[in-house]
Amino acid sequence: MLNIDSLEKGVVIDHIESGKSMEIYRVLELDKLDCSVAIIKNARSKKSGRKDIIKIEDRLDIDLDVLGFIDPNITVNIIDGGRIIEKKHLQLPERIVNVAKCKNPRCITSVEQELDHVFVLTDPEQGVYRCLYCEQEYERR
Amino acid sequence: MKKLISPLDLTTQEIDELLSLADRIIEDPQAFAHKCDGKILATLFFEPSTRTRLSFESAMLSLGGKVLGFSSANSSSAAKGESVADTVRTVECYADIIAMRHPKEGAATVAAAKVDCPLINAGDGGHQHPTQTLTDLLTIHRLKGHLDNLTVGLCGDLKFGRTVHSLIRAMMRYENIKFVLVSPKELQVPDYIRDDLVRSGYEFEEVERLEDAIGKMDILYMTRVQRERFFNEEDYIRLRDSYILNNDKMKLAKQDMIVMHPLPRVNEISVEVDDDPRAAYFRQARFGRFVRMALILKMLEVE
Repeated sequence: MLNIDSLEKGVVIDHIESGKSMEIYRVLELDKLDCSVAIIKNARSKKSGRKDIIKIEDRLDIDLDVLGFIDPNITVNIIDGGRIIEKKHLQLPERIVNVAKCKNPRCITSVEQELDHVFVLTDPEQGVYRCLYCEQEYERR
Repeated sequence: MKKLISPLDLTTQEIDELLSLADRIIEDPQAFAHKCDGKILATLFFEPSTRTRLSFESAMLSLGGKVLGFSSANSSSAAKGESVADTVRTVECYADIIAMRHPKEGAATVAAAKVDCPLINAGDGGHQHPTQTLTDLLTIHRLKGHLDNLTVGLCGDLKFGRTVHSLIRAMMRYENIKFVLVSPKELQVPDYIRDDLVRSGYEFEEVERLEDAIGKMDILYMTRVQRERFFNEEDYIRLRDSYILNNDKMKLAKQDMIVMHPLPRVNEISVEVDDDPRAAYFRQARFGRFVRMALILKMLEVE
């Protein structure tokens, strides 16, 4: 088992679906941080077999809507004094802005560059998001 | 009602009100000839259209109002790179109500978020075209007398035809509607429409040949099957004649069936059918003007 130092103060993004940690790293722009960031891929998980974990040695405000959109099963642990002081469970956000791009070449967003790319949750049971403008379904990879 | 983007933005009660207002206009057009005196409709057509633009303009002129606008993106500031949002915000300074057509899907949603005046989506690419659906509903209401208890046949390109999808969704809100969907396998209705029909327990059947099903229909809604939509030439040659309505096929239909078409027609309805009293497509175009008159009155809150 790979050992990473436990955090004294910071944020642990846990239960990330295996393979999605780099997407989260990119979307949360963690490359812009000066503090230590550890990405653990394919860690053993009792719940799902394998999972990814991101440890951030800083108390930054994480956009929970973005994380919930990528994977609502993620948990966010806030660490202080080496202990979890808060555990946040995520849910699918009602709408997300400029996180994903509409891929419909006939959508108005394909020609008007200044428009926000907005997706709205239209089917909470199936987790279906549709473009606010053209209503094309967002396809997760 | 300030903005109309999709036909489903309207409740069935609002649709009933619009259709009965259209009835009153048809019965006594003179009574409405000055209802919009002093009002201006802007028709912003970023792509060419004959029927829709002229029927909007005719509707406003028939109400005593005036019209301004453009009929292609080349003759607007869009050619200089102006955004849809900026164009409609500018036009709002010059008009009381806007009807807008744009080739891109969702353009009307962008515009509606930027203006306070009433705005009607006159077609946004392959997405929505609510005034066509209202025209179709008024045609059925006028010629059949009711919007429930009908067997509705839809024939041709059911996959890409937005008028077909909108009409199915609009008719699904009425009681005891049966759908007969006539198309080649390649051009059947998309899964999300079929799923909607199954989920809501609607009776529908999918057939490949018009002559096999025309006898059941109260309404036949024709659309064009384009050669380029077929995966292979062999299927196109085998099936093309099934999707051309002629007098021989009309002999198999009920005496009180009506034939509708959003127009323009190319060859999917032979001209020989035009003289059949069941051919309703030119009357349908006429109803398009009256339903737009009713819509303009409602949206401008002129009674």
